[in-house]
Amino acid sequence: MTAIRTEHEYGAHPSVLPPAASTAQDDLDIAPAVRLDLYRRLEELRQFEKRAYDLFMQQLVKGTSHLSLGMEAISAGFGGAMRKDDYTFATYRGHAHTLSRGVPMAPVLAELLGRANGLMGGKGGSMHLTSVEHGVLGSYAIIGAHLCVANGAAWSAQVRGSGQVTVCFFGDGTTNIGAFHEALNYAAVFSLPVVFVCENNLYMEYTSIAEITAVPSPAADRAAAYGLPAIKIDGNDVDVVYRTAADALELARSGGGPSLIEAVTYRHGGHSRADPGKYRPAGEVEAWLAYDPLTIYRARLARLGVAESELDVIRGDVAQAVDEATEEAKNGRLPDVESAFTDVWADGGSQWRN
Amino acid sequence: MAQLSYREAVSRGIAQEMARDGRVMLIGEDIGGAGGVFKTTGGLSEQFGRTRVVDTPISEQAILGAAMGAAMTGLRPIAEIMFADFFAVCWDIVVNEIAKMRYMTNGQVTMPLVIKSGNGGSLRMGAQHSQSVENWAMAVPGLKVVTPSTPLDVVGLMAAAVRCDDPVLFFEHKGLYASKGEVPDGEIVDELGKAAIRRPGKDATVLALGLMVGRALDAAEELAREGIDVEVIDVRSLVPLDTQTLLTSISRTGRLFTVEENPRLLGWGAEIASIAADECFWDLDMPIRRITTPHIPLPSADSLEDAVLPSVDRIVQDVRKGVYL
Ligand SMILES: Cc1ncc(C[n+]2csc(CCOP(=O)(O)OP(=O)(O)O)c2C)c(N)n1
Ligand SMILES: [Mg+2]
Repeated sequence: MTAIRTEHEYGAHPSVLPPAASTAQDDLDIAPAVRLDLYRRLEELRQFEKRAYDLFMQQLVKGTSHLSLGMEAISAGFGGAMRKDDYTFATYRGHAHTLSRGVPMAPVLAELLGRANGLMGGKGGSMHLTSVEHGVLGSYAIIGAHLCVANGAAWSAQVRGSGQVTVCFFGDGTTNIGAFHEALNYAAVFSLPVVFVCENNLYMEYTSIAEITAVPSPAADRAAAYGLPAIKIDGNDVDVVYRTAADALELARSGGGPSLIEAVTYRHGGHSRADPGKYRPAGEVEAWLAYDPLTIYRARLARLGVAESELDVIRGDVAQAVDEATEEAKNGRLPDVESAFTDVWADGGSQWRN
Repeated sequence: MAQLSYREAVSRGIAQEMARDGRVMLIGEDIGGAGGVFKTTGGLSEQFGRTRVVDTPISEQAILGAAMGAAMTGLRPIAEIMFADFFAVCWDIVVNEIAKMRYMTNGQVTMPLVIKSGNGGSLRMGAQHSQSVENWAMAVPGLKVVTPSTPLDVVGLMAAAVRCDDPVLFFEHKGLYASKGEVPDGEIVDELGKAAIRRPGKDATVLALGLMVGRALDAAEELAREGIDVEVIDVRSLVPLDTQTLLTSISRTGRLFTVEENPRLLGWGAEIASIAADECFWDLDMPIRRITTPHIPLPSADSLEDAVLPSVDRIVQDVRKGVYL
């Protein structure tokens, strides 16, 4: 049982600490090549997000941006497990999910910079990254809505018999909005090939999820209401995420219907922009910084006999790729003003009268 | 040629399109086995099966989300929102998601979907089941908006809406479901963005939509007996808006009246009045007059509802006053 209303000061709620590092997952049945691929993904997502942060601090990225620093194992694990033609639905915190489907870094960075060579020509921005050709059917910035939309893509795949699975990512805070519950019931009723992934980073914006949720596990404890098993995993362990993803994808692909997965993780920074995240209790941030997805994965790979130098090569390659993408993005020209008037309608224009 | 009711015309139009194109699906609450709360989808489940005609839970966001995601990935769904008032519980999906997705993604996504809904008053259902909400939709870039007033238009505009690659909000007027009209046999396809001159006239232009079209025509008959020759135009499509037909008429008659069922503020007629003021001001012989429901929620008692919705009498009086100004 959770307490009703807390009596402590804002930000002084009980810490939620990460699991202790362990070797238990070392012998998960994952091929060495897959593990190296997962490691490369982690590096790409980490280094990209750091660069995005730097560019934001240099005021080159305008508006707002929500980073996945510290949460990369979830996007990396799913990206590694998904089929090329599967669909991704992400939130405003969607850089990592977009990149992990194979979208190149340069157009994503250029989109953050508002350039013509951006993924959407500068018309979407950080919160709406979409690349249909990579199966990224959008990043959505109104809490909850995209769970409902993900169902539609899953329905279409079911009708077309395409075998595609839709994966929909969202946060812990999203489990408290009506659309979450509508979408879960709907997916279960129609046995849709969709995987709902709650990235539980313990906070909505600036409020601890435990403080405003009736159950301790915001997604897993709700699963039973939709006839689904409670699945709660370590969202910082990319191997665990990869395995869980593969199982849920397989279940959906073979007609077994939806899954709801709660992956527990932590964001290293604040919610968005330059939020310092001061509302988090002392000790909690440090503990999670130590339980970093990259740190624990490098340690595992070392135990499995991968040479540190091999990992450093990957790290270096990624660093170079991020630098090149940054240059390419920065070299993009500003969008033509005329482009603000295109693609309201399918005829390409914005006319509403004759 | 058959006499069809407006509600039968809805299912006729949907059936025509579902038979033509296997990608067209229909989803909504009680639409399948039950044939719809307003019986506008009768027989479709039997004809096309329960995978294409889907009975959903009471989950308006889930319904419209499903339609949107399906439209983005190759289907052409028609979703029903039972009463247009219920758009308020799923307006996010309409406004923030469906309307903006093509634009935000720089044209990567196409959104061929139709949302049909029972709109409008006159059935004594009170303030939460009677609103005319076309102008909510008209205010959002990225949505096409139509309101047919005859059974023939229902079939033709439904076909046009289904074939359109943009999202179309298809407002059926609840007060017209029982009305009848001739509908020819065979395929019928109309065009979005075309107004229809229902009665030519030279003294005044009266624009109306949905249930108000019939009232405007009745008023015109009465005024004709007094020697006032009124042109009645059924606007039919708010987005795209057939400003050519409207402005040509207004310039010719020199007098513009709108008959709007919506509450006063920001009704569709206000936008047309502003366009007319901009573009044919010097052709006008009198100030533009909007005949609307006052800015109040709709009451349920028949006497009260009748008193506040624009009536034939009110149209006659207002037009007469304007013409003799
Ligand atoms: C309907 C709605 N309400 C509020 C917001 C403002 N908002 C943006 S992100 C956010 C927190 C969401 O928390 P969570 O689901 O845990 O995702 P996280 O940001 O932690 O990844 C809120 C409240 C919004 N975008 N949409
Ligand atoms: Mg969160």
